[in-house]
Amino acid sequence: MWQALFEDVNSEDFMIIAVAEESRGAETAREWIEAAKPGYVCLIDREHHVADLYNMVNVPQAVWIDEQGQIVRPAETAGSHDGWRSMNREDMSMEDDVVALMGKAQTTYMDAVRDWAVNGDASKHAFDAGAAREHLQLPGADVALANANFRLGAYLRQQGNVSEGDEFLARASELRPESWNFYRQAMNLRDLGPMGLAADEDFFARVDALGKDRYYPPPDMEGFPEEFGFEPPG
Amino acid sequence: MSTVITEAGPCEVAGASVEGEQLWLQAADAERATGWSLKPEGLCQGDVCVPVPRAAAADYVRGGEVNMAAFWRLLERPVLRDHAGATWMLGAGATERAAALQSLTAPDFSLPDLSGQLHKLSDFRGKRVFLTTWSSW
Repeated sequence: MWQALFEDVNSEDFMIIAVAEESRGAETAREWIEAAKPGYVCLIDREHHVADLYNMVNVPQAVWIDEQGQIVRPAETAGSHDGWRSMNREDMSMEDDVVALMGKAQTTYMDAVRDWAVNGDASKHAFDAGAAREHLQLPGADVALANANFRLGAYLRQQGNVSEGDEFLARASELRPESWNFYRQAMNLRDLGPMGLAADEDFFARVDALGKDRYYPPPDMEGFPEEFGFEPPG
Repeated sequence: MSTVITEAGPCEVAGASVEGEQLWLQAADAERATGWSLKPEGLCQGDVCVPVPRAAAADYVRGGEVNMAAFWRLLERPVLRDHAGATWMLGAGATERAAALQSLTAPDFSLPDLSGQLHKLSDFRGKRVFLTTWSSW
């Protein structure tokens, strides 16, 4: 998805780092990465360390970092939109206007990244330090404890201690229910869901329980659609 | 043999003494596993030293051993252990994570690519970096 943007910008001054939050490791990510034929950097993060450091709860989320290593946009949804929640779960169909809204979200976000990639701090989408701090979501003690539970659970599983590993992974999700990363990675490790995708009835029940809350909170970005485009349940 | 996991990764430690929720390590092992070393002024990492609480010194240090679990709790960082007490997780604290983000300096990390080669975020200083996450699941 990012290769076209990377080729478009084609600048020595710009790099994309795509981190796979993938506790199963490199081999699970390999076919996806090789299919994308990336010219940018693709890394494997079994421990979800980047999500921990930047306080991320979902994929895709992104952070913009300037030439001096300063955050100019903290972690936020990278162009995705809640429209997928309206998908017909039998035949995967969606209303045209929702599809259009999701496309608008993607295009708006990509255009903003491109604008910043080319123009740097002069881009209207790059926050100054004050605005960047205002947009930060800071972790509390529960989040730190959740991250420790996740990391220990993932480690125990890697060591073959599956049942105990799953206990810690479940605890991570309890402590931090807003982390779809924790919830879905744990599902994925338990081999749940069709086609290797961590989506089953429980998952969709959890999504429906969001009601007016967001699976992908819209970024604070001019032109980015904030409307759902459908009536969420509840 | 015990395993102590910190942000830097897992570390095997011989001769750890596990007493319930307490994890006593030889000072040299504690330093190897956590980066914190026992000095006359307290437990130190780089320029930072945290004094051993005087009123309860015996809960933290005895002979050449350090109770890293107690020390980690003193730092208000999460401490977890598996049921057997063989694997310990000494996690990062919310305060340090929040402070790092508020500084706006992008927290550095080092991760492998598909071939196993490590890349650090800070290797890309001088470029604008779009750091994004994805997953197969």
